[in-house]
Formats: sequence, structure tokens, C-alpha cells
Amino acid sequence: MSAARPAPSGAKDQVGRLLTLVPFLHARGQVRLDDAAAALGVPADQLVKDLKVLLMCGLPGGYPDDLIDVDLDALEGPEADGVIRVSNADYLARPLRLSPTEATAIIVALRALRNGARDETREVVDRALAKLEAAAAEGSAATQIDPGDEPVAPDDSRLRRTLEDAVAAGRQLRLTYFVPSRDEESERTVDPRGVVTAHGFAYLDAWCHSAEAPRLFRLDRIHEAEILDTAVETPTEAPRDLGDGIFARSSDTTLVTLRLAPPARWVVEYYPVEAVRSLPDGGLEVDLLIADERWLQRLLLRLAPHASVLSPPGYAHAFTAAAREALGLYS
Amino acid sequence: MTVRKTERLLNLLIMLLVQRHYVSKDRIRAILYPDSSTDAFEKMFERDKEELRSLGVPIEVGNIDAFFDDEPGYRIRPDEFALPEISLEADEAAVIGLATKVWEHARLAEATTEAVRKLTALGVPLDVSALDIAEPRLTADEPSFDVFWEATQERQPVEFDYRRSGQTAATTRHLQPWGVVRYSGRWYVVGYDTDRGDERVFRLSRVQGEARKVGRPGSYDVPAGTDVRATARRLAPAPTTERAVVLVRRGAGHALRRNAESVAPDVRGPDARTAWDRVTVTRGGEGMADELLGYGADVYVEEPETLRRTVVDRLRAAVGAQ
Repeated sequence: MSAARPAPSGAKDQVGRLLTLVPFLHARGQVRLDDAAAALGVPADQLVKDLKVLLMCGLPGGYPDDLIDVDLDALEGPEADGVIRVSNADYLARPLRLSPTEATAIIVALRALRNGARDETREVVDRALAKLEAAAAEGSAATQIDPGDEPVAPDDSRLRRTLEDAVAAGRQLRLTYFVPSRDEESERTVDPRGVVTAHGFAYLDAWCHSAEAPRLFRLDRIHEAEILDTAVETPTEAPRDLGDGIFARSSDTTLVTLRLAPPARWVVEYYPVEAVRSLPDGGLEVDLLIADERWLQRLLLRLAPHASVLSPPGYAHAFTAAAREALGLYS
Repeated sequence: MTVRKTERLLNLLIMLLVQRHYVSKDRIRAILYPDSSTDAFEKMFERDKEELRSLGVPIEVGNIDAFFDDEPGYRIRPDEFALPEISLEADEAAVIGLATKVWEHARLAEATTEAVRKLTALGVPLDVSALDIAEPRLTADEPSFDVFWEATQERQPVEFDYRRSGQTAATTRHLQPWGVVRYSGRWYVVGYDTDRGDERVFRLSRVQGEARKVGRPGSYDVPAGTDVRATARRLAPAPTTERAVVLVRRGAGHALRRNAESVAPDVRGPDARTAWDRVTVTRGGEGMADELLGYGADVYVEEPETLRRTVVDRLRAAVGAQ
């Protein structure tokens, strides 16, 4: 909750923020501006702007006493101590009830949490859920959205701990790693930098001594990880920020154009593509950057015969040859 | 401009919230919109009410005078406006704090965070540091997920193009959604199919293009006692398991070997370029042919015959298509 969200400037959003801010302050008496900003995810300067609007609001009488009082001198100017003091707003002491979407979102999230929890935690989640469900707004669709029973993500906490211990200790790791695109399981020694998340997967960012380059290892494909006695050899570096996408970094990529028939359209939802053009027959023409031709060939074989290579021609020939070779086994 | 409007919205809210009775339109206009023409006032007032309602503020309309029902008034009932008192134990508050990290879906993650902020505003301290719990991640990548979620919540019929398993052509379907359910790692929508006149389940990943909400909110009711999870399980195709016997080239097919039922080494293979092993695998759901095709000339399908034929046909089509 500490990350500040961008402050929207609309009046509606400002009203929404104030309806949370006033009860937040009311419940706590005096709160430091920075603490309130962090807890509510609103930048401090925006919070001050919001408070200034509050000064102009109050009971409909029109007398000065009717208005909400905000001690601005405590927030700005030479006397400022950075503490927010709001009074005369008792009628806004309670936060607005949860909207149907908020109620549904949090209840479904808790149910998912429950499914991934052990017995004692499950009991805690059940108690919290019961209280929230009782308080949820009418119109919530919480009972109609079901996150399912299966654990939503495999529990990789033990592996994560091993990886993080190695990072903290500055020691090398030996990984047994599976690369599906090459159908290869390999052992490699790496200098770990940290665990990062992107596209719903967790990765270990590390310097790989076999590749002599930084590499990302998907956690669910690390079959074994052993902390070695040897210290890391490369300079310590913070793990990469994967916000820009993890495939953008490869220097050696080829732009390939594929033609996908309707049954293969899902590809564009699974892999980062550069461009998509719809075709009149419901198919797609797709540009994507390929770092590894073997990966592409496997994908095309999986999709056969619903995908073909439009360019470059060398890739098209290679794929036809691979399909012909596989077909040759049966003749 | 924004500031003036925020003031007006908030003052309107406070005015309707603190009055015990309905407030007449005339009084609202005199106090909050004194300088506006009748037309401008009507327009602004309509919009302001809508904006407050979209935040979740329940504005009630009623008659001020029991004897004359031509003068509408407005009010906000404090008990409907405010979040009910929730007293949470420290450990309950902690799991609620964790809930903000579950959704990997921008809008629902934001809605969860907003809900948690409101609870924080009740005075609940949320501290997640003490908790040792595996954090699940709930993804919803299907582009149609938002539409079906909203439609379920608003009880609004949806029209969409759907491609059934094993078919290439999509057909247009009409559904009154009852619920959205995750089952075997996939999202489904359950509801009443108005074309077929019966309950149906659809896999969201098979919805083609954009799903569209058609019709008015609240235009149907979910049958009383509907258990969407049970309905989804009853109607969704059962996860099938398929068993296959394949020959795998030595040194290849690691994923196949890893969870194989059995591996018999050094068998007679389709070519003599390398040694071959006979591997028996079981797979849930569809996609066995896709997976085996991906190995190209490193895997040879022995049985079942239908799978073998599918693989051969698809390779033939691929060779012909290029």
C-alpha cells in the first residue's frame, strides 16, 4: 500500500479520496501528513490540495461555524509541524460503504488466499471473510465469482527462500534448469541477483556462467537449486526491473511475420508480439521478434497446420523441412 | 474548476446526509446552484447526482409531502451511506492486507486496494509483516473477463462470438450471465443461454473478439439457489485424461520423460540415426497432439491410433500449406 498511485485530477476522484481521508483522520485523531499519504496511497502535495477543498465544505447554513475546519498552518508555512488536524466534520466520520466491485474484488481475493493457506491461516481468513461478507454492499457479486479450489499458484516459497538466502550471502548457486523451447535440461552455475516478477511468473535474475551473460530463470522451471560454498564472481547488481518486458533485451533478434489461422489466434495473447493485422478470413498476420529459431520452430510444429511463416523465407523453408522430417518417420 | 466542482459535490453530499427529511430541489438549487439558470441547474444537478452515485453514494428520491406527490426531494441515509462497523482482530486485518496482492488484474487490484483503504479508514491497522502465508496470484488474462464480471454484477445480458472446442468457426451467442467461475485453472462464465433456452457454460478463452453487454442492467434474475460453482462443474467438459505410447529419440523429450508412466530404453525406432526409447505418458485435458507435434522428428506416436492419425494429418497439412 506504500506505492503512491497517480493523482487523478477529476472532481469525482477528489470527492472519493476525501470520503476516505476524513474518516481515516477521525479514527486516529492527529496523523502526520507523510503517514496519511503513505497509508492512503496519495502523494502528500495532492493530500494538501484535497484538504484545502475540504475547508470550503460543510453544513448548508452558510455560517463560518458550519464549515469543516482544517489547520493549514500546521501543514504549510513557518509554523508547520506536518500534522493534519481536521475538525467539525463528524458527519463524515465513517467511510463510504464498499462499492459492489470493491466488495467482490476483495472477497474473491480472500477466497483465493484461503485456498492457498494452511489450516490455521485458513481459519483466520474464514473469520475475516465472514465479517466482510456481512458488511458487503448489496449488489456485490461475490457469491457469483468463484476463484476455484485448486491452489492458484504453486507454492515456491521454499525455492524462493533458498534463492534469496544465496543472494543475501553473496554465494553462487548451482541450478538444474529446464528449457522447454530447446527441450533441454541443463546444469549451470550462476551469480544470483534477486527474484523478480513479470507477466505472472517469478524469475531469478542472475549472471549465468555457462552463457557468460545475465539470464532470467523462471522459478517453476528450476528443478533444483543448491547454494555453493563459492562466493559470486561478478559485481553485485540489483535485479532488473522487468516493467519494460523481458524479451526486449535480447540484442540478437529477428523480426518474423507469421500467418495464423483462427485456431492459432491465441498466440497473440500468450507471446509479446510487435504488430497484429486482422485478415478477412478471421486469421491474423503477426510480427514477432524471435531470439531463438528453435523456439519458433517448436511453436509452429505445435500449431501445425494453422501457422505459417510469411517472412523471412529461410524460416519458412526450415519449418517445412522440420515438418517433412517428422512426417518421414511415419512413411 | 475541479476545485469548485469538488466543493459542490461534497456540499451536496453533506446537505443530503445531515438532513433527516427529504430536501427539496428548490432548496438545493437556492443553496448550491444560486447563480445558475433553470436549464443549467437541471443539467448540473443531474450530472452531480450521477457522479455521486457512481462513487457508491446512495441518493434516495422521495416525496417531501405525503399529500402532494408532485414535489420530489432527495436524501442520503447515513446507515446506507456508511460502511458498517467492522471490528477486525489483528490477524484478520493482516490477511485482509494481503488480499491487495492477489489480483494480477489492474482494475480488480485497484478495487481491492480501495476497499482496504476504506477499512483502514475505519481505524483498522493493517500490518502484513508478521504473516507467513503463500501468496496466491489470481490472473484473468482473458480479454472478455471484465465484460462478463461486470455483466454478472449488473445482471446485463451479453452477446459474444464463441468458438467451441474442435471447431474453427465462431458462432454468435446470447447469455444472461449468472456467474464467473475458475475451474482447472481456467475462467468460465455460467448462465442462461437465451438462444438455446437452457443453462450453459462457456470458457472465456474461447470467446472471440469483444464480448458486448446488450440490454439494460437488472434485466433478468439469477434463479434462486443457483450454485455457480456446481453448475460450472456439471456443465464444463470433464477434464479428460489421455494415455499415449510414443517413441522418443535418445537425449530428447525431457518433459515427456520427466512425468512418464514408464520408459523402456533401447527399442526399435523409426530410424537408425539415434537410439530410441518407448515412453508412456498420460495427459489431462486437450493438447496432447500439440505437445507431441512440438517435438518434431524427435517423437514418433505409436498409439492410440486416433492420436497418431491426428499428428500425421496435421503434419501433412503443414507440409502442403507452406
